Amino acid sequence: MAWRIVVGLKRGVKDARGERIQRELKEHLQIDLLSVRTLDIYTIDADLSGAEAEQVAAGPFSDPVIQEYAINQPLASSFDMLIEVGFRPGVTDNPGRTAREAIQYMTGRLFAEGEAVYTSTQYLFTGLTDKVIAEKIARDFLANGLIQHWTILSADELDPRVGVPVSVPKVVSDTVPTVRSLSLELTDQELLDISRQGMLALNLEEMHKIKRHIADPQVVAERQGVGLGAELTDVELEALAQTWSEHCKHKIFSAKIEYEDECGNKQVIDSLFKTYIVGATDKVRENLGKNDYCLSVFKDNAGVIEFNADWSIVFKVETHNSPSALDPYGGALTGIVGVNRDGMGTGMGARLIFNTDVFCFASPFFDKKLPPRLLHPRRIFEGVVEGVEHGGNKSGIPTINGSLVFDERFAGKPLVYCGTAALMPRMLHGKPCHEKKVLVGDHIVMTGGRIGKDGIHGATFSSEELNEGSPVTAVQIGDPITQRKMFDFLIIARDRGLYNSITDNGAGGLSSSVGEMAEDTGGLELHLDRAPLKYPGLQPWEILISEAQERMTLAVPEENLETFIALATEMDVEATDLGIFTDSGYFHCLYEGKTVSYLSMDFVHEGVPQLVIPAKWEPKELSEPDFAQPENITSELKQLLSRLNICSKESVVRRYDHEVQAGTVIKPLIGVANDGPSDAAVYRPLLDSFAGVVVSHGICPSYSDIDTYHMVACAIDEGLRNYVAVGGDIDHVAGLDNFCWCDPVESEKTPDGKYKAAQLVRANQALYDYCIAYGVPLISGKDSMKNDYQIGGTKISIPPTVLFSVIGKITDARKAVSMDVKQAGDLVYLLGSSADELGGSEYYAQQGELGAQVPQVDAEQALLRYRTLNQAQRQSLIASCHDLSDGGLGVALAESAFSGGLGLQVELSYVDVVQAFREDKLLFSESQSRLLVTIHPEHKEPFEKLFAGQSCSCIGQVIAQPDLIINGLHGQNLVHVALDDLKQAWQAPLREM
Amino acid sequence: MAKTVKAIVIAGNGTNCEREVAHACHLVGADADIVHIAELLAGRVNLNDYHFLNLAGGFLDGDDLGSAKAGANRLLYAKVIGHTESLAGQLQKFIAAGKLVMGVCNGFQLLVKMGLLPAIGGDIRQTCTLTNNEQGRFENRWSWLKIDPESPCIYTRGLNGLYLPVRHGEGKFVTDSPKTLQQLEDLHLTVMKYADRGLHPTLEFPDNPNGSQASIAGICDQTGRLFGLMPHPEAYTHRTHHPRWTRETLPEEGMGLLLYQNAVNFIQKELL
Repeated sequence: MAWRIVVGLKRGVKDARGERIQRELKEHLQIDLLSVRTLDIYTIDADLSGAEAEQVAAGPFSDPVIQEYAINQPLASSFDMLIEVGFRPGVTDNPGRTAREAIQYMTGRLFAEGEAVYTSTQYLFTGLTDKVIAEKIARDFLANGLIQHWTILSADELDPRVGVPVSVPKVVSDTVPTVRSLSLELTDQELLDISRQGMLALNLEEMHKIKRHIADPQVVAERQGVGLGAELTDVELEALAQTWSEHCKHKIFSAKIEYEDECGNKQVIDSLFKTYIVGATDKVRENLGKNDYCLSVFKDNAGVIEFNADWSIVFKVETHNSPSALDPYGGALTGIVGVNRDGMGTGMGARLIFNTDVFCFASPFFDKKLPPRLLHPRRIFEGVVEGVEHGGNKSGIPTINGSLVFDERFAGKPLVYCGTAALMPRMLHGKPCHEKKVLVGDHIVMTGGRIGKDGIHGATFSSEELNEGSPVTAVQIGDPITQRKMFDFLIIARDRGLYNSITDNGAGGLSSSVGEMAEDTGGLELHLDRAPLKYPGLQPWEILISEAQERMTLAVPEENLETFIALATEMDVEATDLGIFTDSGYFHCLYEGKTVSYLSMDFVHEGVPQLVIPAKWEPKELSEPDFAQPENITSELKQLLSRLNICSKESVVRRYDHEVQAGTVIKPLIGVANDGPSDAAVYRPLLDSFAGVVVSHGICPSYSDIDTYHMVACAIDEGLRNYVAVGGDIDHVAGLDNFCWCDPVESEKTPDGKYKAAQLVRANQALYDYCIAYGVPLISGKDSMKNDYQIGGTKISIPPTVLFSVIGKITDARKAVSMDVKQAGDLVYLLGSSADELGGSEYYAQQGELGAQVPQVDAEQALLRYRTLNQAQRQSLIASCHDLSDGGLGVALAESAFSGGLGLQVELSYVDVVQAFREDKLLFSESQSRLLVTIHPEHKEPFEKLFAGQSCSCIGQVIAQPDLIINGLHGQNLVHVALDDLKQAWQAPLREM
Repeated sequence: MAKTVKAIVIAGNGTNCEREVAHACHLVGADADIVHIAELLAGRVNLNDYHFLNLAGGFLDGDDLGSAKAGANRLLYAKVIGHTESLAGQLQKFIAAGKLVMGVCNGFQLLVKMGLLPAIGGDIRQTCTLTNNEQGRFENRWSWLKIDPESPCIYTRGLNGLYLPVRHGEGKFVTDSPKTLQQLEDLHLTVMKYADRGLHPTLEFPDNPNGSQASIAGICDQTGRLFGLMPHPEAYTHRTHHPRWTRETLPEEGMGLLLYQNAVNFIQKELL
């Protein structure tokens, strides 16, 4: 019989969680209740005496100052309706795991196999009697049916003697592990059915390729030699599906693209990735010559560049879009702790130093009817923000840079970009730390969490659009503490030289991690039955491909195995020997000694057929809008500042610890009241050195509606100008591209595939052109190519979006520059000329227009400007520097002014323009590569001398009066407004989120 | 040769700030070791070889049972391999020897939940707690802190006010009774209070970031040698940590170091 311990707050103690739910129910669901209180429930399914249960309840489970508890009886009283929400069987329950450990410490006894603690939460409502409404609250607000279940009881249904009936969400399985054989001697339709029903995401050509391979007489003979029949096993098919998935193999970026441009010129592109991304980096590195600072690009879990003589920087950005659409909290949490493993799994391992995050959502105030299975954008917003908060804060990694981008189409699929940077020594035990190699005979050791059914088919699932059949098991919940403990252990093991190679278990689980590591030796022998499981009943194929979190795979030489496992055990980290890396040439898996997979390594890794994708570029017929200059420009500016893409994100930023590790020099919030928007972050990773890492990003999906070429060019420029604005060294910088696209492969479901594929080609061409022009190598990246929603006749495709993340360094972080104006009397300069480029701009969007003249980037001039700015920064000539982006000059002036708490007086007639154009457009144009700079008057001469011959205009000055004053092209006053009004407009929209 | 002050920073199971705490100790002249709790439990390191115990910020066990609850439980019950004395026993001996303990953020929560703070009259029983912020969410912001000049706290000697970052979701200080609060105030154990810019203690958000009773940000025991605080002194050891360093003229050394300096001065004078 399980114990049920209920913990609640004593009378008179404020229930902040309950009050928040009450407030949110009113705001989101318009359900007004008298009160909401909450209770925590621990269901202990373990052998415990009554005295021990009492001791546990009074000890670690409750706080004697503010809480009370009840054992096997209810604590709930004076309520009308009760909802209890708990996890479904098998879902990661972190408090349950901690509760179990606490009991073990207390009793001095370990739990027996199958014993566990399960947590749930009880919500007590007054003013709620309607069960239909209670059901709605549970389903649409408190719980996520994919991972949680709930019980609803009215007050008279609760038995006062026993409370809510005990239910133990234990995974009960009488499944006998079996390996099925599959005949592929089937019709095309049947082959496709196998793929679809099994969530394999294999296309017909791939199924045929597997069918032919398995029928090859030599293959048949080899398989017979190890006791396998002529048919493929389910383990083998699943391993192939994972390895060949879009998610793991990037088939679209590796495809042959038959591209036709707007003039009818045809071209065959053999792999976008090799041609444009690797191509650009190769060229940039060649141009850098002996100054090349790249150490490891594209070949590992993250990219590595030089930081200084002793240390290197590791950087990676991932997306976790599909899981976040289904379970925003778990999806985003897993996203951040997942990308942390990329940093740890690069080279021989690295210490994580900071996180970045960029989210693309629909408006949280979305008020239209949502298609089935989509969660409300507000729920996604809150879940994702909280998931990344828990993932980052609990892991002790500061979140120092990010963005929130809004577009209605992100209702179909939110984009959740999570980045992480890490630091590794240049050399470790006499070898470069960014390199690693598995040796034949090394043991395959898995560390960290155990394997469950979580995340099965995550890789193949994210290779398809979100549809009715999207699987529940694709959802996982991360456990930052288990991971943190493992990382603490791994850094020690690394420094003691206990392993030869390391990688993370992400998409595809062991199948991918062990499979990829085994490419070093040319074979593997993996004993699936040795893997530690969360609960019994997993099939061998499930063990192989489960994406259960917090796991790393290592290659440990025989002589270190015992020491490695002993150290892990002492540090409370599970480490299990699963087999050895061989040179057999085979992907050889066994279960209880019997072979269950025997595929040649060549076939697994090289067998996937190359896709052929048609692409045709047809520029859209777009025109510039026709509207008169608004009378009240001040009002236009205030409205712009209140737009979701521009307004303050402070409520989110403050929820992220951005200072842990004590390295953040330029913080995300800056200025006289610590609330201005930083352009980029500067981070000092070594506490005894002033060398800084600089990180920033650019993202502008709205330009994709005009031309993805310029969208990418602008994203690159935005990333770099944010980077140089704070003082990042333009000659020691690297980029990282994350493509999020809608399906670009023409099919019945995607009739406009050719256009979308052409958008992809153009985006890549821009990436190539501009990375070379700026001399910025790409060091890593990722693509997520199926960001569509399709159920019934409704299809929502996201706007093609590239996040361009930038990382580099500043030699002396004390020379960093912030965006807030500093002192009355300082001179205001605009660097870079302005043009009538408002296509896709926030100002046009505010008028309900798209426009046609999308901003275009002149990299040659911009690069010279950025280099010169770096010189001025090194000479300490710059008081403040802010980039111009969404909302152009008007928004930049307002932000710099209210962040510094000082006014500005500016003359638009002094602004350098490419060609004369209307003053409202001049104020809000989004022309690229422009920066707003203030300097002390005594620096005027050296500053102007540095910028001689470049576009550099003094347009006004900083004033003590707390107003923004902008005079128009004819000297007339255009804007005169108090900074407080502007700041209020900027802070209001998301303040309460 | 002058004897060195030996500081220990316990790490593991979710501590996050051990590196910067050790660095702060170094900067004021102490030798600081970051020791994983596994080393202590394996019996290879003994607390009593040190003078200054630092319990760093973080999320022990994810704060899954409430902040530092599971961590406190571990320290109370975990056995040290090959020794009859438990870790809790080592800690009691350490305290009885008149040595120093400072808990920051999660470390403060740990001291309170183990009953080591405030332990009025030597009564080691939990009488206070740190619970969910009034706002119901994690907050990272800088706070002004008023120091009680009459406090026995050895860490804040000579100080009047500090400016430090807070970064927590469970920082609201609550006592079990008005009497406890009164005793804390009467004994001047409420060392540090959230204040406005003019250093007047306040209950108003955001100057008081979590709604703490009597604006309490940190307390000490009656000896003044055990001290816990929610703000992070180790996060302000250099002027570039200050959020407005690009616009204000600040001393090179950050204010947080003053607490560590006092600790080291005390040890040099009293314990070496």
